[in-house]
Amino acid sequence: MRITQGTFSFLPDLSDAEIRAQIDYALAQGWAIGVEFTDDPHPRNCYWEMWGNPLFDLRSATGAMTEVLACRTARPQAYIRVNAFDATRGFETTRLSFIVNRPHHEPGFLLKRHEVGGRQIQYTLESYAAQLPEGRRYE
Amino acid sequence: MLTQAERYKSGVMPYAQMGYWDADYVPKETDVIAVFRISPQDGVDPIEAAAAVAGESSTATWTVVWTDRLTACEAYRAKAYRVDPVPGSPGQYFSYIAYDIDLFEEGSIANLTASIIGNVFGFKPLKALRLEDMRMPVAYLKTFQGPPTGIVVERERLDKFGRPLLGATTKPKLGLSSKNYGRVVYEALKGGLDFVKDDENINSQPFMHWRDRFLYCMEAVNKAAAATGEVKGHYLNVTAATMEDMYERADFAKQLGSCIVMIDLVIGYTAIQSMAKWARRNDMILHLHRAGHGTYTRQKTHGVSFRVIAKWMRMAGVDHIHAGTVVGKLEGDPNVIKGIYSICRDSFTRQNLEQGVFFDQDWAGLRKMMPVASGGIHAGQMHQLISYLGEDVVLQFGGGTIGHPHGIQAGATANRVALEAIIKARNEGRDIWQEGPQILEDAARWCSPLRAALQTWKDVTFNYQSTDTADFVPTATTA
Repeated sequence: MRITQGTFSFLPDLSDAEIRAQIDYALAQGWAIGVEFTDDPHPRNCYWEMWGNPLFDLRSATGAMTEVLACRTARPQAYIRVNAFDATRGFETTRLSFIVNRPHHEPGFLLKRHEVGGRQIQYTLESYAAQLPEGRRYE
Repeated sequence: MLTQAERYKSGVMPYAQMGYWDADYVPKETDVIAVFRISPQDGVDPIEAAAAVAGESSTATWTVVWTDRLTACEAYRAKAYRVDPVPGSPGQYFSYIAYDIDLFEEGSIANLTASIIGNVFGFKPLKALRLEDMRMPVAYLKTFQGPPTGIVVERERLDKFGRPLLGATTKPKLGLSSKNYGRVVYEALKGGLDFVKDDENINSQPFMHWRDRFLYCMEAVNKAAAATGEVKGHYLNVTAATMEDMYERADFAKQLGSCIVMIDLVIGYTAIQSMAKWARRNDMILHLHRAGHGTYTRQKTHGVSFRVIAKWMRMAGVDHIHAGTVVGKLEGDPNVIKGIYSICRDSFTRQNLEQGVFFDQDWAGLRKMMPVASGGIHAGQMHQLISYLGEDVVLQFGGGTIGHPHGIQAGATANRVALEAIIKARNEGRDIWQEGPQILEDAARWCSPLRAALQTWKDVTFNYQSTDTADFVPTATTA
């Protein structure tokens, strides 16, 4: 399966030039760039590991691209995403978030159905990959 | 100037003389201001008509009463202070009326509207009356909860950023069994939509009991989340005959793990505020379908403009509100729609007469509502939709998903690919208004569902004259 989190997951994987163009757009809006990675892509895992602090005060995308490439070299089998943070009053949140690296094989999720009273079912999603210990997922 | 004795002599007196017209009045920062379009009966002076509206929507009755003198009546009288002829519409006037904040109960849309759109709309000396816009003082806004979730928190909960959200309403809107209904939900969500939606009139009919629908829909939502790794949702419509029924349905939706429930505008302002408080207490996104509004928002001379309804709903506290598509099958002049979207999404809305927005409006930190564009839109219009509506919007393609020749999943995928392709191109600096069709054609080369969608609906447009437009004549300014 292909996890479709992020702004552009229904498009073919972005090339480095395309990633750079999106970072350029974010910088032009005055947003800060953050690179994050994880091996636990559960849709409610909102805290991916930060590849350093968000990059404030960047003037060109070069610095951010360096971090994307460094993260990718260090974690070739991780999900890596680029986030853009907007500090403007009334937003103060992520404005763009897209995946720039993913493991070669994405085993997907187990949907566990726990049958409770009546016809009700409590649902739990479990990532098949995350059933392995940290660091050994996606080997 | 009348003496007190003359003013309170028993009998009938023009409203303007009774104190409901004051050309020199300067509205206070804490005043509620309303602008009405009034169409006086033939022979009725527009200023007297405006004063009558002020009177009938505040303290007046048809005759002088001495009991006024037991109160600080001057303060409680609404004051008409400005009357302008409507450009290009003889016999119609924009009249501005200021209301003291103490005329209204804190945090109650019911109380506000009982005055502002109460008796006065049936007043005989007027042929017609329309509430065009209102300015809410910050002091009054601070007495309202506002949207339980708001755009920012909704996006954080859903983990979806940088693009409009995508939805669809299950079709046919009536008649499907619960199990078949859930099938549509699953297919659409798995194919790429973020949300599917009950229609406004899906409650608990003989063909589908509400509990059954909720159970099957949540199976569909969770199955689609597992298939995609994304947060998915279905707006479960909890509209019902009584508050007790609605609470029961909403509680069940929560118990099943739904992230969103839905209500219809026809349940009324008080019920909406109750559900807003319930949603805040229960971490639920609250979707409002504006069923019924067209009966009083569409005609320009009589009723309440939708921009006012949108303001009231932001105060009452809903997270989603259907607000027009511009290009779809339902009423929507581009300028008027822009004005309504500003009211939903701004922190501070600037006066913009061209868009029908009469006042600056400081939203005083009330969370933002996500506008929903729904009704007769399809993937081939994606560049127009994003150009008109921006990215903080839910685009709902019901027929445009479910009617896809290759099936519901393909329909959803076509919409999602079109959306992401246009957003990506926009961010890359391309002119999506001009190049949109080409961008979509390029994506359709590798995405066969999009290719089929463009083929099927390429020529579908709804180009009719809009009914509700802003009456505004741009005047040349010396810049």
